[in-house]
Formats: sequence, structure tokens, C-alpha cells
Amino acid sequence: MKSQQAWRRGKKMSLTRNEVERVSLLARLQLTEDDLETMTTQLNQIVGYVEQLAQLPTDNIQPMAHGVERFNVFANDERRPSLPCDEALTNAPRRDDDCYLVPAVLGD
Amino acid sequence: MMSDKPYKIVIGLETHVQLLTETKLFCRCQNRFGGPPNTQTCPVCIGLPGTLPVMNRKAFQLSLITAIALNCEVPKFTKWDRKSYYYPDLPKGYQISQYDLPMSQNGWLEISDPQGNFDSKRVGIIRAHLEEDAGKSMHDELAGKADSRIDLNRTGTPLLEIVSCPEMYSSLEAKTYLTELKLLLTYLEVSDCNMQEGSLRVDANINLHVDTPQGKVATPIVEVKNMNSFRAVERALDYEAQRQYSEWQEAGKKLGDVPKQTRGWDDGAQVTRAQRSKEESSDYRYFPDPDLVPVIVEPEEVEQVRQSLGELPAVLRKRLQTDYSIKPYDANVTVNQGPKFAEYFIRLAETSGDPQQASNWMQQEVLRTLNEESWAVDEFPVTPDELSQLLQAVQKGEIDRSRAREVFREMTMQGNSFQQAMQSLGIEQVDQSALLQLCEQLLTEFPQIVADVKAGKQQALGRIIGEAKRRNPNVNPGQFRQPCLDLIEQK
Amino acid sequence: MADLTDYTAVKLLSLLQAGELTSTELTKAYLDRIEACDQKIGSFLRTDPEESLKHAAAMDRRRNAGESPGPLAGLPIALKDNLCTRGQTTTCGSRMLENFKPPYDATVVEKLREAGAIPLGKTNLDEFAMGGSTESSALGETCNPWNTTCIPGGSSGGAATCIASGMSPLSIGSDTGGSIRQPAAFCGVVGLKPTYGRVSRMGLVAFASSLDQIGPLARTAEDAALLLEVIAGHDARDSTSLDQSVPRYRSVLQQPLKGLKLGVVEEHFGEGLDAEVESAVRESIRVYQELGAKITSVSLPHSEYAIATYYVIAPCEASSNLARYDGVHYGYRTDENILHATLKQQRSGLSATDDEQALNNLDSPLVRLYRQTRAEGFGAEVKRRIMLGTYALSAGYYEAYYLKALKVRRLIRQDYDEAFREVDLVIGPVTPTPAFPRGSKIDDPLAMYLGDLYTVSANLAGVPAISIPCGFSNAGLPIGLQLQGPPLSEDRLLQAAHWFQKETAWHQRRPALN
Ligand SMILES: [Mg+2]
Ligand SMILES: [Zn+2]
Repeated sequence: MKSQQAWRRGKKMSLTRNEVERVSLLARLQLTEDDLETMTTQLNQIVGYVEQLAQLPTDNIQPMAHGVERFNVFANDERRPSLPCDEALTNAPRRDDDCYLVPAVLGD
Repeated sequence: MMSDKPYKIVIGLETHVQLLTETKLFCRCQNRFGGPPNTQTCPVCIGLPGTLPVMNRKAFQLSLITAIALNCEVPKFTKWDRKSYYYPDLPKGYQISQYDLPMSQNGWLEISDPQGNFDSKRVGIIRAHLEEDAGKSMHDELAGKADSRIDLNRTGTPLLEIVSCPEMYSSLEAKTYLTELKLLLTYLEVSDCNMQEGSLRVDANINLHVDTPQGKVATPIVEVKNMNSFRAVERALDYEAQRQYSEWQEAGKKLGDVPKQTRGWDDGAQVTRAQRSKEESSDYRYFPDPDLVPVIVEPEEVEQVRQSLGELPAVLRKRLQTDYSIKPYDANVTVNQGPKFAEYFIRLAETSGDPQQASNWMQQEVLRTLNEESWAVDEFPVTPDELSQLLQAVQKGEIDRSRAREVFREMTMQGNSFQQAMQSLGIEQVDQSALLQLCEQLLTEFPQIVADVKAGKQQALGRIIGEAKRRNPNVNPGQFRQPCLDLIEQK
Repeated sequence: MADLTDYTAVKLLSLLQAGELTSTELTKAYLDRIEACDQKIGSFLRTDPEESLKHAAAMDRRRNAGESPGPLAGLPIALKDNLCTRGQTTTCGSRMLENFKPPYDATVVEKLREAGAIPLGKTNLDEFAMGGSTESSALGETCNPWNTTCIPGGSSGGAATCIASGMSPLSIGSDTGGSIRQPAAFCGVVGLKPTYGRVSRMGLVAFASSLDQIGPLARTAEDAALLLEVIAGHDARDSTSLDQSVPRYRSVLQQPLKGLKLGVVEEHFGEGLDAEVESAVRESIRVYQELGAKITSVSLPHSEYAIATYYVIAPCEASSNLARYDGVHYGYRTDENILHATLKQQRSGLSATDDEQALNNLDSPLVRLYRQTRAEGFGAEVKRRIMLGTYALSAGYYEAYYLKALKVRRLIRQDYDEAFREVDLVIGPVTPTPAFPRGSKIDDPLAMYLGDLYTVSANLAGVPAISIPCGFSNAGLPIGLQLQGPPLSEDRLLQAAHWFQKETAWHQRRPALN
């Protein structure tokens, strides 16, 4: 029932440019004005198509996260070698002797 | 103690506990605090492309044990979800956690205060779930560095997040809850609970219920972070309650009027400070992690774990009172010192046959020595069986208490056995005939005392006893007294 | 001796084993072929002839020493460039990973090395395997060998074209919504998507984790069986890997088809199906009838929802899987000097206009680092899917999109279960049309997505499916036939494909490349 309501809400309100901009921050993508324009059009097209799922009644259907369902897969608590520091950092875009470097995380 | 304020404090606690596993939650890197930066990582915990998580069996087991000990329901089906946010110490861009179907829920932890500042109560546990830790971002603010350094050693460490109901009504209750929780975790051996090393971390949600002419009003909830000791928790909550009350008096904001605020405890300044957070950061986009499969726990397994839990603090406290007739306060102190201390006590009580004396010794001499020497219980050099011999000697009156303390000191400091300590202090049992001989001699030397005692002045005996001890330090007054009286009788 | 690059892998293996051919000769022949043709096709992003020949020589030495160096010993193989290869660049066709060198081999690569296969190089793909035309690769163009103005299909475009043009006897692809089967169909080769969990995903750079599956591409079903036998099997490093023994696929192939029950999927012959494709597929069904199969009609009633379901689940998982590409620990990072300068300029611009709100909302250097890195590192299709998935998972939409799609997914799986109670395998087309001209759908993502109509269901349901060449259009473009079976029926699928190839000669045609 709840999902049906959310659905109708989504359907009435197509994705606005502002919303696309909000999503682009969530997704950590910097979009240009042109990108935003195209993205808004294309996402609306796709979301519009996808909305047909709402037609299907699925109230008593269990969600299926995998095509082949398995349970209780564990590994034993046994140590394996880690990477040497230098090898761990080998692909780092910027680093010092033993750490990855990024612009200050303060105030974020 | 609460009634003197025009408001009630309401506190809920979120505790993150690092589990004592050999390896991390989803990879087999070592799970240990304090290695040089980025030496305990692998492609999986760095989140390199193509790598996949596989869940640590032990971590799940430890979580299950804890959940059951916290009286939680363990649903048959549980799964793991991704919690998405960007932070440089979170290499995958999401944390693997549990969202709508946690591994346990609806439990409780009983807390009480021996001083009676609040009635003992059950604090509800909303849920306890298993998730991975993030790494560490380091920023040298003072050096004015423009960069932060990232160490991923801690990334992927197994954490049990335990969320309480907002059912604690003073900072003391909150502190007691944490103490009891830590004790339970220690008894279960699921965590070392070292707050300094971050293996136990606490966030508090706190607000006030203020009495107004219009009835009770709830103020906005504030989350307090960065508390690095139980003492800090207590102080931060006291501070925050006062701050919220003044803010209420000034601004009058109610719950729901403003978004939830996060504040950090500044231990140096002893204040909480607002932390900046962008609104969008709370959209975590949880969804089931497709790289992991769900876990099914059968009720029989839960029962099995329950049976194998061993004796938990609450039960042990009661048992110490019934089996060994010690007072609730003493039972509390003994159990709160941790399982090894309690175990030591039980052994000492059993072998000495005198639980009350054992309890006294534990709480006075043993505890003091542990504190003075900064020893853990298992570093204490005297075994309960050795200590028991000392206690028995005291009990039989073979040595007095002050002598016994000397022996105890000798045993702990020199690592001597009871017999060795006695010998090295030159304490010998004075045999009966020597004792009688000394007594006879003294009575002859002090006829006035014999007369006094005969006249009913028993205290006159003290002088004889003092003199006996002066001539032979090994004489035990308790042992000396009766034969002396008997001899006087015969005069 | 005829051109070596014309032989099947099985034939080449027997020549190697009989000592009539060395791995060095064979590898050289393929490297020469690549040298001659790949400029025109663009199958490979990278080859390392020296390295390949070194491995080949080692294999020859071991064989000469009397060792039996593994079931694929000495056979060259091409790897899709989303499979991690230790110490060698693994790009996923993305600028983001242009210089990324994983410190490990994918499980599949490990198994291939152990089996003695000789890696020839890494093949081109749609960026992060997202696409059906290989046009979204940031690092190279790949053409259809049958008509170089057409797309080769995708995302395993390089993996299919290198087989079709004789540049490798075997190759490995990955299939999330048809990415093995569709390019196989467009290029006239065999491509198998195994049951979800049959082949370990460890070391396959994830696109949509619950749908991704690695599989073989080859000229014949028998070659595909040879390869699947090596790469399939349980892997403790992949929690979703199936703990089931691997059949001897090649020996199962030889058993006759007698009594095989084939179900024709009604829904796969509806609107949108190209007439030439339809007639080739119908003709193939007749072939099976002649081979003794029993043909009935079956329904997969929720087929019409498959694309919508897929284009919710796949982008959602992708948006999360690709969050790790943020320029912090590995991969591309934007120029920080430019970044700081730009931010400074924007800040002073906003201060000048007194726009306090905008100033407050201005990204911190770290957030801008993420956003700019990802804007520059990803191409348009990847960004589109990240946006779509982020939107669908964001607060207030999860139930309507992701959760709903997971429920429909179960309905789709139940359709299969129902069908497989009646028949052994289902049969139909792989794609609605043959390969289309390059650039024709690049600005119309939805049209591109609709091309996955017949392939995505197998991924959603986790069932295995195979694409086999079954004809050509009048324009000379290959057409593919799809067989799908219940979980772990790869043996059956390969057997059915093998007998079809014994009856037909479509797989023997070669594109004219010179
Ligand atoms: Mg948490
Ligand atoms: Zn690791």
C-alpha cells in the first residue's frame, strides 16, 4: 500500500532539473549546465518507461535479491597475509610515505 | 535527585563494539590495533575493483552470543545492506551494515546502583547488528596542513552496533548502563572494550522533557559524539542537559522544530560543540548487498548458544549472595571487577571455607595490590590456593591480621609461597609446650596480674600478652590467651 | 597446413597434444593475425606479444619435458578488460582505470593460467560493461567484422569480434544483461552465460553484482564447453559462488538429443522482432525438430516487464559498485591545482554578488575532488546509469523502484520455473534485430536498452543461456539463436548447441577482412 502511494507520487512528479542536480551531488558527479539538461530529459524518458512496473500487483511477493539464492556462507577466522604498505599504496593518485593523501576532510 | 530539576533528561545510547576476532569482517587481514599505517590491508578492504567480501564466521558467532546475552530476539532471517556515503576512509563508497532486518532486536540489559541512586531497571535494546568499521583520517590542524592522511588498517574491522531505547534518565544511569554493558562483553569475551583504542565507542542521543503549564514538552534530540571515556560520557551528558535547558529557555524550540543536531564533546574545554553536517549526507541509499548472501539462524541454534553462554554478571551476583552468603554490595564489587576476579574469589572462598573472610581479603588486600601495581588479575602472582593457606592460618588464630598482612606482602612482592613467606619472615608456629613454659614464667614474674585476673579484671591479661609477644614475636595472642587463663585458674 | 587461425580450439588442442604444433607457432600465428586485422576491428585494447610468446615457450618446454601442462595448455585466449590481471593494466574501457594495475588475478584468470592457456591480450568493452555496442568505451573503437560500419554488439564487443575475425580461438566475456550473448549473435559466434554463481566473479570488476556472470565465447559449442570446464567451479572468495561440482561438459556433448523438449517462448515473437531474425529462428526450430526434439510453446508472461526490472536493478547496483571510483585510493584523479583555483574563483565570484546561500552550498575541496574526478573519469552512459541508480535508491523512491523490481524479478524467475516443468530448454531469438550502424542509437539510451529485450530475463532469473549463430540477414549480418535452461543446465545447453552446429554451417562462415 505504502509503495503504491510512493509510486503515484513519483509518477505525477517527473524529475525536475533541480532534483537531477540534487542527485548529482548525492552521486558525486559534477554536471555542466548542458549535462543537466540532457540528463533531465533522458532520465525522465527512462524513469517514465520503468514506471510500468507499478501496474503489476506484487503485494505478497518476496523480493528476490539474487537469481540463485544461497544462505550462510562464511569464511574461517584465519589470517592471511596483507599487502605490504608500499604495494597497497601503489595505485594511489597521491600519497606520502605510508598514507593516502586527500584535500583536508575538515569542515565537510 | 532528579526531582529538583524542572525537566527530565532522556538518553539513548548507541555503542559500537569491536569484536575480538583474529581477522577482519570481510577479508582475512589481521584485526589488531596499532600497526604502522596501511600495513594491515588487502585488495578486499582497500575496495579494489573486482574484490568481494566473505563474512567471518567467528564475527557472526560473537555477535550472536552477545545478542542472546542481551536478551534479544534473533530473527530467523538476516541480511546485510550497503550504507552509501563518500568519505576518504570508506574506500568502497559504502559501509556494509544492516538496515531493516538486523540480526537481533528487542532485548534488554538490567542495571542497578548499589548506592541506591536509582531503582534497578531494564534498559531496552532496540537492536544489535553486525557491520564493518571505516578507516582513519588524520589531519594535523595545528600544522596547518592542507591535506588529510588516510590509514585503512581499521577498515573492515567487525563492529557490533548496540542501540538502546531512550530509557535512561540521568547521566548516572547512562554510565551504569555502559559499565554493565562493558562488563557483560568482558564476561562473554567478545571484545576487549578498550575505549582508548576505540574498541568501544559511544554516541548518545539526548533531549529533555520539560514541565510547562501546558504539560510536558520534548526538546529537539541532539546526538553527542567524541566521548572517549565513561567519565566523558557522564560529563558530556550533564553539560548537554544544562545547555539544552538554557537553549529551551531562550529559544523554546520543540522536538520536530529543527533537524536533529550533532554535537562533539570537547574534553579539553568540557563543552559540546555543534558539528557541521550537510543535509544530503543523511540519504544513505540502503539496499541489500548483492555480494553477500543472507544468514538463516534456526531457533535450535539460538537455544544452543543460550545454553553455552556460561554465567553472566547478573546471575553470578545473585549466586555469590546465595552460595557464599556475602552482601549484595560485596557481590557487586566482586563481579564488577570482571570474570577472572570473580573466579579467583570463588576458588578462595571454596578452599578457605570462609567466604566472608575471602571477600574481605579480595576487596581490601588483593584489590589494593592490583591497583597499586597496575596488575590484571591474571598477573597477580599468588594463586588462590596459596592465599587460602594464609586465610586458614588467620582463621585458626595461628597468626594475627597484621602479621598476616606482612605475609601477604611477602607473598605478592617476592612471589613466595605461603610457607616460604612464613619462613622468610621468621614466623614459626610456637609449639604448645614452649607456649606454656613462657606463660608459666611470666605468671611467676608478674604475680600482681594473676591476682588482678583472679579478681575479675580480665583486661589485666593484656600486659602479659604484650610481654609474651615482645619476648617471642611468633606468639599469637589468640593462641596465648586461653592457656594463660587456664594456668591462672589453677594457681 | 591451412591457416591455423581458422581452426577450432578443440582441433588446435589435439594438434598441440599430438606434438604436430607448438604453442609458440600457434601464438605467433594469432599475434600475426592481430597485427594484420586488429587495426580494422579494434578487438584488443592491449596485447603484449613478448609476454604471450614467453608463456607459449614455457608451455612448449613443459610439454617437451613430458609434463602434462593442463587442459588448455598452449592455447591462446583473449580476456575482456574487466577481468583483473595481476600487475597488468585493467581498464574496463574507462578513463577512470586507464592506469590501474591490480595486485591480483581474477579467479578465472588464475584458473586459465593453471590450465596452461596463453593470454593474448585484453579486449575492448563498453565502459564498465555498460552498453550493448562497445561504443561507450573511452579507450578504443570496435567494429563489427561483418560490416565495419556496424557496431559489434556489447558489452563484450572485443571478446566477440576477436573470435569472429580469427584473432583468438577462445575468449572470456561477462554478461550482465546479454553482454556475451548479444555480441556473439551480432558477430556470428557462440557465447554462453552460465548460471549465476557457476563461475567465480572474484576479480571481475563489478557492474551489477547480482546479475554479472563470466562466460566463454568461441566458434563452436564444443570449444565453449572446453573453456567452461576450466573456468567453472566453486570459489571460497566469492560468497555467491555455487558449491557444486563441474560436469565434464565435453563428454556430455556427444550424447544424442533424443527426447529433448524445447519450448518456444511465445512472448519472444511479438512486436519489434525483425522479420529476417524471426525467419532464421523459426528455421532453426525446424532443425531441432529434425534432430528429434519435441517442440511445444511456452509462455514467460512477465517478459514484458524484464527491461523495466533490469533497468532499475542494474543501475542501482552499478551506482553503488562505482562509488569506489572517487580518486582517493586508486584510479584517475582530477588535477588538484586546477580544482583549487576553480573553487577559489567561484568563491570570490559569489562573495562579490553577496550570494550567501550559494556560497554556503559551494562544494568543499574534497567534495569537489570527488565530483570533478568522477565527471572527468566516467563517460556519458556510465554517468547516466549512476544517476538513475542513485535516484532510484534515494530516500522516498526505494520501495517504488528497487524493492518493486526485486519482486517482479521473482515473478520472472517463477515464469521460468513454470516453463521448465514442461520443457527442458526454451528457444528464441537473442536480439530483435541484427547489428545496427555505429552511432545510430548513441543519443537514444532507451532505444539501446530495448535491444536487451530477450536477454535480460536470464540474468534476472539467474538461469544459463547460450547464443549460437543461426543465419544471416540479407545485408550479410549474423543472426543468433538463444537457448535458455534451468539453473545448472549448461551441459544440456551446450549439447543442444553442439548438435545444432553439427547440422548447420553458419558458424563456419568467415567475414572477409582483407
Ligand atoms: Mg553503525
Ligand atoms: Zn583486508
